[in-house]
Amino acid sequence: MNWLEVGNLQDIPQMGSRLVETPQGNIALFRTSDDQVFAIADRCPHKGGPLSQGIVHGHVVTCPLHSWKIDLSSGEAVAPDVGCVNRYAIRQGEGGKLELGLAE
Amino acid sequence: MKPKLVCIGNGMAGIRTLEELLKIAPEKYDITVFGSEPYGNYNRILLSPVLAGEKTIQDIMLNDDDWYAEHNIALFKGHTVVSVNRKARQIFSAEGAVVSYDRLLIATGSSPFILPVNGSNLSGVISFRDIKDVHTMLSTAHAGKKHAVVIGGGLLGLEAANGLLKQGMEVTVVHLMDILMDRQLDFVAAKLLQASLEQRGLKFLLKAQTQEILGTTKVTGVRFKDGLEIPADLVVMAVGIRPNYTLAQQAGLHCERGIVVNDTMQTYDPRVYAVGECVQHRKQTYGLVAPLFEQAKVCANHLAELGYSRYQGSVVSTKLKVTGIDVFSAGDFNGTDKTEEIIFQDPSQGIYKKLVLEENRIKGAILYGDTMDSSWYFQLMRDETDVTAMREKILFGQAHNLGDAGHGSENRVASMSDDAEVCGCNGVCKGTVVKAIVEKKLFTIEEVRAHTKASSSCGSCTALVEQILVATLGNDYSQTPKTKPLCGCTHHTHDEIIDAIKRHHLISAKAVREFLEWKTPDGCPSCRPAINYYLIANHPAEVVDDYQSRFINERVHANIQKDGTYSVVPRIWGGVTTPDELRAIANVADKYQIPTVKITGGQRIDLLGVKKQDLPAVWGELNQAGLISGHAYAKGLRTVKTCVGSEWCRFGTQDSTGMGIKLEKMTWGSWTPHKFKMAVSGCPRNCAEASIKDFGVVAVDSGWELHVGGNGGIKVRVTDILCKVETEAEVLEYAAAFMQVYREEAHYLERTAHWIERVGLPHVKKRILDDVAGRKAAYARFLESQKYAQIDPWAERASQGVAAHEFNVLKNIPVKVESLPSATVQEVA
Ligand code: SRM
Ligand SMILES: Cc1cc2nc3c(=O)[nH]c(=O)nc-3n(C[C@H](O)[C@H](O)[C@H](O)COP(=O)(O)OP(=O)(O)OC[C@H]3O[C@@H](n4cnc5c(N)ncnc54)[C@H](O)[C@@H]3O)c2cc1C
Ligand code: SF4
Ligand code: FES
Repeated sequence: MNWLEVGNLQDIPQMGSRLVETPQGNIALFRTSDDQVFAIADRCPHKGGPLSQGIVHGHVVTCPLHSWKIDLSSGEAVAPDVGCVNRYAIRQGEGGKLELGLAE
Repeated sequence: MKPKLVCIGNGMAGIRTLEELLKIAPEKYDITVFGSEPYGNYNRILLSPVLAGEKTIQDIMLNDDDWYAEHNIALFKGHTVVSVNRKARQIFSAEGAVVSYDRLLIATGSSPFILPVNGSNLSGVISFRDIKDVHTMLSTAHAGKKHAVVIGGGLLGLEAANGLLKQGMEVTVVHLMDILMDRQLDFVAAKLLQASLEQRGLKFLLKAQTQEILGTTKVTGVRFKDGLEIPADLVVMAVGIRPNYTLAQQAGLHCERGIVVNDTMQTYDPRVYAVGECVQHRKQTYGLVAPLFEQAKVCANHLAELGYSRYQGSVVSTKLKVTGIDVFSAGDFNGTDKTEEIIFQDPSQGIYKKLVLEENRIKGAILYGDTMDSSWYFQLMRDETDVTAMREKILFGQAHNLGDAGHGSENRVASMSDDAEVCGCNGVCKGTVVKAIVEKKLFTIEEVRAHTKASSSCGSCTALVEQILVATLGNDYSQTPKTKPLCGCTHHTHDEIIDAIKRHHLISAKAVREFLEWKTPDGCPSCRPAINYYLIANHPAEVVDDYQSRFINERVHANIQKDGTYSVVPRIWGGVTTPDELRAIANVADKYQIPTVKITGGQRIDLLGVKKQDLPAVWGELNQAGLISGHAYAKGLRTVKTCVGSEWCRFGTQDSTGMGIKLEKMTWGSWTPHKFKMAVSGCPRNCAEASIKDFGVVAVDSGWELHVGGNGGIKVRVTDILCKVETEAEVLEYAAAFMQVYREEAHYLERTAHWIERVGLPHVKKRILDDVAGRKAAYARFLESQKYAQIDPWAERASQGVAAHEFNVLKNIPVKVESLPSATVQEVA
C-alpha cells in the first residue's frame, strides 16, 4: 500500500469532518474528540446522505438527512439500522500529518 | 380576658372552621369543643376505605389530643350537649358540664335516617356514620357471620356494601328504586355500575320495599312487602340523613329543614353561628364536605371579625369511593326539555360519558369508567363556560381540546391551567398545589396534603395530585423515576439543565456535562444542540457558539437538500422586495447555475441546489445587493409575513406591512428553542394568516390584537389571544417580551404551541400582561441579547473567512484509494 499525504490533523475541527475528492467519490475524514481520525466514504448507506455534514459524537457520526448513526471504526450502521459504508486506511504521522492508503 | 367561643360538634365542619380561624386570628378566642364521639377529630369520609380494609382508623385521624392542647382548646370528648340557654349564654352537656360562651358555633352534623319498620331497634341493625358503626361491621364480619343486608343503594350504601364484601361477607343491597344511585346516575350509568358490582359478588334487590326486620333480640333476616324473606346477621341502613337541628330548635333558633343561616353563616341569634350538614342556607342543605369547607372558611372569617366574605351556596359533584370503579356525577344530569345531551359510550371498555347542555353550557355530567376529566367538566360547568367551540371533541377530554402536545395523563396535567380545580372537596387549584410544591419544597403526596389540603378529604383526586407532583418536580419525585431525561446521556431533565446553567453560571457545554455528570464524554446529537442553545439563550454575551454541536443547516447557514446540495433563502423584510434585489437574485441564479428558483410559503425566494463550495460566493453577491441570511434553516426567527394593509388595501386599518418589517428588523438573527414565525394582518380578514403563527398580529381599528402559540405545521393549532394594544411600540415590546420568555423557559425543540400547552396560557399572561415590570425587563433582555445575535452569518463567511474549512475540500486526489474490507462477518464469529 502506498501512503499519500492529504493534510494535517489541525485542518479538521474536533468532532468535525473534511472531504477528500477522488475519482471514486468523496471520502470523509473525521476527527473525533480524542483526536483519532477515520476515513469513510461520504455516502450514507441509507439514501446517500453526505455523512461529512453530520454531528460527530464518540466514534459515531449521525447522518444529516435522516439521522442514521454510522460507527466510524467499522463503517457499520448502528442498530436498529442495517448497512455499511466503505472504510479507508488512514494514519497519522509526525506533527499530525494525515496519510491515506492508496491502491497499488 | 379573651372572649369565649364554644363549638358544639367535633366533626368535619366545626373543626375545619376552627382551623381556618386559628390561621387568621390565632389569639382571638378561648375555645371549647364538645363532641359526642369519644375521639379527636377524624375524616368521616374515609370510613369507607377503613371498612374496605384499605386504611386504618389511625390513618384517618385529622387532629389528635395534642392538637387541641397545642392550641389551648378545651375538648370535652364524649359529651353530648343537651341544652343551650341563650339568655345566660350557657350550654349544658348530658355528662354534667356547663360552659358559658360569647360566641357559639353549632356544627352538629346530621343523623342517619332509620326506617320506621318493626325490628329496626334490634341488635345488629346499624347505620353507617361513625367509627362505632365501622367497628360493629368489622367485628360482625370477623366473627364469621355471613349475611349482610344493606338497605339503600345510594353512595353510602354501596360503599358500605363494598366494604363488607371485602371483609368476606355475603352482601345483598336492597333499594327502593329500579336503579342504583338514582340521585346521581341515569339508567345507563347505573346499569353499568350494577353490572360491575355484581361481577365483584354483590347481590341486588331493586324495587324492593322493606316491611320488617326479623329477629327477637338480634337480627336474623329481612322481610319485604312482596313476602320475600332473606337471612341477615347484620343490617346496615343507608337510606338518607337528617340534619341535627333539634338542639338548636329547642334553644329557640329558627329552623326549617336545618338551622337557618344567612350568607355569613349566622343564625337568627347574632351570637350563634352554624356550619355543616346541620344548616340550611338559601333553602339548601348539603351532605358533602366541599360546601361545608367553604362555609367553614366564611364562618371563620366572620368569627375573626374580618367580615368581608360571604357564602353564596355551592355547586356539588360526587364521586363513588369504591376502588377500581370510577363514577362521577354533577349538576342536573337528567336534563329537561330545554337541554341537549352529548353522549359517548364504549361498552367494551365500560366507559360512558354524558354531558347535559343548555344553551351550550354544561348543566350536568355523568362519567362512568373514565373520570380523568371530571374536574375539567366540573369547572366548565361552574364557570358556565360557553363550549360551542369544543362541542365536537369535548367528550374526548381536556387534552384533545388543547391539542396533542403529548400523550398520557402526565401531559394532561401539564396542560391544565393554574386555576383549574384539582381537589373538589377543599377547593384547591392546580396553581396552589404547584406553588406549594415549589416554594415549600414538597416531595411527597403526604406533604402536599399537609400544606394544601388537596387530596386530604375523600382522596379521589390523589392520582391527579401525584401527577402534578411528578410534573412539577420532574426527577425529584422519588416514587416515579419515569420522568424523562433530556436524552440517554444523562438522567437530568431539560428544566434541571436550564436551572443548572442559570444558577451555577455554566458557560460551556463541557462545564455543563461535567457539572451534571454526563454519562458520555461528547454527548449526542440530541443533547449537544440543546445544551448549546441553552447556553446561548442564558449567557449571550459570554458563551462561544459551538458549531460542531449544531445541525448542519445551522452550522453552514443554508438548508441541506436530499442530494447534498444546499438551498439559500435571503431575508425579504416583511415580504417586500425591490427590482434591484430581484435582479441580484436573478444574476446569482444565472451565474452559479442554480437549478430551481422558487417562491416559498413564507413570502420569499428560495434558491435550491447550490453546491456547498459555491455558498460563500453566492452569499457575497447577495450581500452586495443588501440581502442577508433569511435564517430559513434556523431554530430562530424565520419569516414575518405581512399583507398589504392600509397602504393599499381598501379594508386595511393599519400599516401591517410596516409593522411586520419593524418586527422583523427587531427580531432577526435571534435563536429560539424551535423556529419562530410571525405575521401581521391589516384587518380581521387576516390575509397574512396571523392566527397560525407563533406570534400573530391582527390590526383592528383601535389598535393591534396580539395572538400567540399558533402553528400551521404538523398539527394545526390556532393562536390564543394574548391581548390588545394600541401602538406599534407596544406591539414591539410585547413581541420581544413574549419571545424572550419563550426563549428562557421552553425546552429545546418545543415550539410555542407546545410550550403554551405545557405551561398553560394563564402562565404566559401572568408573565407578559400582569407583571408589567417583568415584561419590560424581558424586553430589555431580548434587545441586549440581539446585540450579539444580529450579525449576518453570510457576510462573516463570504467576506471575513469564518469557518472557511466548511466550504473547501481538503484535497483532490486523482488516483484510486484503498478501501478496507468490511468488518461485519468477522465480529459475529
Ligand atoms: C421552503 C419552504 C417550502 C416552500 O417551498 O414554500 C419550507 C421548507 C421546509 N420546511 Fe417548512 N417550509 C416553508 C414554509 C413552511 C410553512 C408556511 C409558513 O411559514 O407560513 C410551514 C407551516 C407553518 C408553521 O411552521 O407553523 C412549514 C412547516 C414546517 C414544519 C412543521 C413545523 C411544526 O411545528 O409542525 C417542518 C418540520 C420542522 O420544522 O421540524 C418544516 C420543515 C421544513 C424543511 C426545513 C424540512 C427540512 O428539514 O429540510 C424544509 C426546508 C427546505 C429547504 O431547504 O428550503 N416546515 N414550513 C418554506 C420556507 C418558508 C421561508 O420562506 O422560510
Ligand atoms: C361513610 C361516609 C362516607 C362519606 N363519603 C363522603 C365523600 O366521599 N365525599 C363527601 O364530600 N362527603 C362524604 N361523606 C359526608 C361527610 O362525611 C359529611 O358531609 C361531613 O362529615 C359533615 O360534616 P359535619 O361537621 O357537618 O358533621 P359531622 O362530621 O357528622 O360532625 C358532627 C359531629 O357533631 C357531633 N354532635 C352532634 N350533636 C352533638 C351534640 N348535641 N353535642 C355534641 N356533639 C354533637 C357528632 O357526634 C359528630 O361527631 C361521607 C359520610 C360518611 C358517613
Ligand atoms: S412540506 Fe416542507 S418538509 Fe415536506 S416536502 Fe415540502 S418543503 Fe419539504
Ligand atoms: S441518507 Fe443518511 S440517514 Fe437517510
